Parts: sequence; C-alpha cells; structure tokens
Amino acid sequence: MILQVEGVSLAFGGLQALDDVTFHLEEGKILGLIGPNGAGKTTMFNVLNGVYQPDCGRVVFRGDDIARKRTYNVARLGVARTHQVVRPLSDLTVRDNTIVGACFGRHRLNLKEAGVVADRVLQTVGLDHLSGNLAASLNVAQKKRLELARALAAQPYLLLLDEVLAGLNPTEMSSMLQTIESIRTEGTSLIMIEHVMKAVMSVSDRVIVLDYGRLIASGTPAEVQANEQVIEAYLGDPAVAEKIREGV
Amino acid sequence: MSRVWGIGLWVPLVVVVGLGVVPGITGSASLRESMFVMLMSVGLASSLNILLGYTGYVSFGHIVFFGLGGYVGFYTMSAHGWPLPAAALAGGVSAGILAFILGRILLRLRGAYFALATLGINEAMRAFVVNFDPFGGPIGLDLNFSVYQSYGGAGRALWITYWALLAVVALVVVVSYLVKRSKFGLGLMAIREDEDVAEIMGVVAPSAKTWAYVLSAVVPGIIGVLFFFKNGSIQPPEAFRLHLSIELIVMVMLGGQGTVLGPVLGAFGYQRLRGYLLTSELFSNIQLTVAGVMLLIIILFIPAGAVGWIRRRVPGLREVLE
Repeated sequence: MILQVEGVSLAFGGLQALDDVTFHLEEGKILGLIGPNGAGKTTMFNVLNGVYQPDCGRVVFRGDDIARKRTYNVARLGVARTHQVVRPLSDLTVRDNTIVGACFGRHRLNLKEAGVVADRVLQTVGLDHLSGNLAASLNVAQKKRLELARALAAQPYLLLLDEVLAGLNPTEMSSMLQTIESIRTEGTSLIMIEHVMKAVMSVSDRVIVLDYGRLIASGTPAEVQANEQVIEAYLGDPAVAEKIREGV
Repeated sequence: MSRVWGIGLWVPLVVVVGLGVVPGITGSASLRESMFVMLMSVGLASSLNILLGYTGYVSFGHIVFFGLGGYVGFYTMSAHGWPLPAAALAGGVSAGILAFILGRILLRLRGAYFALATLGINEAMRAFVVNFDPFGGPIGLDLNFSVYQSYGGAGRALWITYWALLAVVALVVVVSYLVKRSKFGLGLMAIREDEDVAEIMGVVAPSAKTWAYVLSAVVPGIIGVLFFFKNGSIQPPEAFRLHLSIELIVMVMLGGQGTVLGPVLGAFGYQRLRGYLLTSELFSNIQLTVAGVMLLIIILFIPAGAVGWIRRRVPGLREVLE
C-alpha cells in the first residue's frame, strides 16, 4: 500500500470542500479520480501534496503521515504532480524546468545527473527538440507535456496527474496515454484526475468518484460505470452521465 | 548548464579587471578615486542581483549591509586596532548575520510586502546607530591618522584599499557566476519564476531564500569596510544612504537583472551617466530624478535590461552574455 487516505476533511469557510474522504492506492496501480466540476478533485491533490493542510484525517504515504508536511518535504519523499492550469517556470528553458524537478525531487540529484534524467524524460514526453527554448514560448499542449516532464524527472513513487489530457487532440491524447502506461510499467503509482471518461476508464485499475467533497463510489471502472449514485451525480451534465453509462 | 567555467564568466571578469587595472597603469589618483566609486557600484549591484535578479525579491534596503558592515569593521579598526583584512571580514560576517536574522523573519513576506519591510530596516538601523554610543552616535567615528602608517603611509593605504576592492569585486563576479550555474542558483531562479511551484517540486524555499539574502549581504559588508577605511571617518547619514539602495536597483535593472554581466555594465553605465549629469548645469540638481525616470522607462519597456534584451533577441549570444 503506497497511499492511504483516512477520513480527510477540509472546509473553506462554510464550504465543505472535502468531507471524510477515505481511499487507498496500491503500489504500481493507476487510480482514476473523477467527479463533476467543483467536486473537490484538485483540492484532494492539494491535500495530498501539502498545499493545503486538512482539518482532520490522515494521509499515510509509504508509512509516513504527510497530511501536515510542507509541499517541499512531500516532494522529497517522492510525490510529484502536474497542474491543471499549467504553471511553467517561464523564463527558464524547457530543459532547466525539467532539471529543477530532477534536482529537488526524490533523489535530489546534482546538476549533471539531473541533466541526464531531464534529457531522457524530455524524450519520453516528446519535447526533446524544444529543450533549449524558453518555457514561455511553448503552446498549451507542450506546456502540459512540460508539466509531466518536470514531475517525471523527480522520479517519484507517486505521481498526481491533474487533467493532463484536457485540451489535447486525439493523436496527442493517445500518445499521452501511452506515456502514462509506460510510467506505470516502470513501477510508479499514479492518481489521475480526468474528465475524458473513455481514457480514464480504459487506463485506470480502480476509479473513485467525488461529489460535493464526498466519496460517493469506488471500485473497478466497470463497477463505477454501473453505479446509480455516480450517474445521479452527473445528472447536471446529462452528456457526461450518458458517456459514463456507455463507457465511452 | 553545460560548461562550468564558460565564456559567460570571462566577459564580465575581463571588463571588471580590465577597467580596474587602468588607474594602476596610469598611476592617476583622481582616476583611481572615480574608478573606486564605479567598482564599488559593480560589487554592490552584483550582490544585490543575487537577491533581486536570481531570486526575484526586491530589496530597497540593500545599503543597510554596507552601513552596518562599514560600522562594525571601522569600529574594530579604530577601537581595537584590527588590521584591514580582519576588519573587512568582521564587516562581512556581521552583515551576513544581520541578513540571516532578517531573512528568517522577513522572507516570509512576498512581493511588495517584503520590499516595504526592507525600506524600514535601513531607517531603523540608522536610528539605532545614531543612538549607539560605541559607534559614536550621531557624530560617528574617526580613524586616527597614525593607523595608515602601518600600511606605509596614507598614499599607499589608498592604493592598497583600491586593489583590495578590485579583488573583492572580481571575486563577487565569479561567485555571482558560480551561483547562477549551480543547483542552488537554479533553485533560486525557480523561486523567482513561481515560488509555490518551486516548493511543490521540492525546492526548500525558506532556506534557499535566506542563504541568497545572506550571500548578497556579505559583499556590501566587506565593501563598506573598505570604503570607510579609505574615507577615514564614518557617520550615520553617510553609511545608510537610502537613495544609494534605489540607485543600485536602477543599475541592476539597467544592465539586466538575473544576468552576471548585467549589473556590471549597469553599474559602469549608470555611474558614467551620473558623472555626466552631476557636472552638467542642467541636470546637476535633479540627477536622482533622472535615475527615477530611467527606472520607470526600463520597467515599462525593457524589463529584462540591456543584457537580457540582447540575450532574447540574439540567441547565439546567450552563451557569451551569461
């Protein structure tokens, strides 16, 4: 068990963003995290990597309770993430962005070793031809890849992917999915927030569903798709509800 | 991040040393004096650049370290007869300690709040020194003329101070370059670009920022001792000149924040311009206004400064103009 989340709650003023959320992730597996807009998915990530401290509950990562650790300590223990709204270090090159991940992540490599890792990772995500460009000059799809490259360069035990597929065209999406599969093959555990149902259902080993901060379902993709509560949660968005039922 | 001792180091170093040795060749004391001011600016601006350019934290109070270091070093020389190198070291260390304490407290603040706080520090330190008797209070301290005898007379002491300054400034340029090419420097630049993201990637921002602040403070501390040793006396208004802090920011911005060469060129360029303005009839009374307007124009139109602007336009020069 690489991650165990137990009874995590977090309120912003009167808004209960997370309400007694409990789930776990086994090593080397992919966990899909879905839910309607505003369900608390990104907030959950922010709790997992130390941006927010939960009001109560525990987050046990490889035996340590990381619920109240600072973000950089969580990163050093081997958790890396991408951001839904991309946040490149604009005035640094693509390669330097990636080197930051390798230098300060789990292994805290020196510059030389980090450079080797960065070059390899940039090749994996298909940005090697742009490695000398400033991050600011990339388009959105490329910035998404850079987010992934930085996180991968940290060589984390646990990788949190926040909507890496959103905004990609079908070709880009399938190559991104291949990349994600290959990351898992190397032994990294993943949690991915995704709105592209077909993708998340096909790649995840298990899926959990958040709605108004509550965990309303968890199980294999097939079980979740058949869950009445999940369909109901998405009723505000009939198109998505339909997609879940059909598993497309 | 490829070659460690690349050409990007040699360009600024050759500029500094090349111009720095000219007074020695001509033997002109007046040239030495104007070059002293220039080199001092280069050293101060380059040290400020570690905080302002690399880390992205604007400090309006950089000169406080110059003043404090100067006072501490001067005190050890005048009251305890310490030799210049030991006094310079004492000045640098005391400035570094002050920065460490301030950094732990103030670097929790970001952006404008940090800048405002640094503004307060300079004034607070000046008020403290004015009321601190061992440092001579409002009158300040004087160096007994006989002190210079042990350096072979006042004339020689001035030359010795000048060469010491040149060595310190050259060292600052080297350190500035090495920091930029180091893992530590990469962490600082990540903080500058996005502090939250840097922390999420594992950069321990609180300690990285504090050490950047300490490093940038040690240099003014040392330079302060050299300056006031040459001066022979030290008074609070002379040591804590707030407008010098702002002129340093202009120099860094003018040359190019975050580059090694930028603050060097910015300092030389600004001091040349200032020399011209001070002697012209039209501008002599409003030279600080000109500096203010210049800062405004730079921030509005070329925020990357001269070197940054060229680097962006001509990618081929990136390796040369580090």
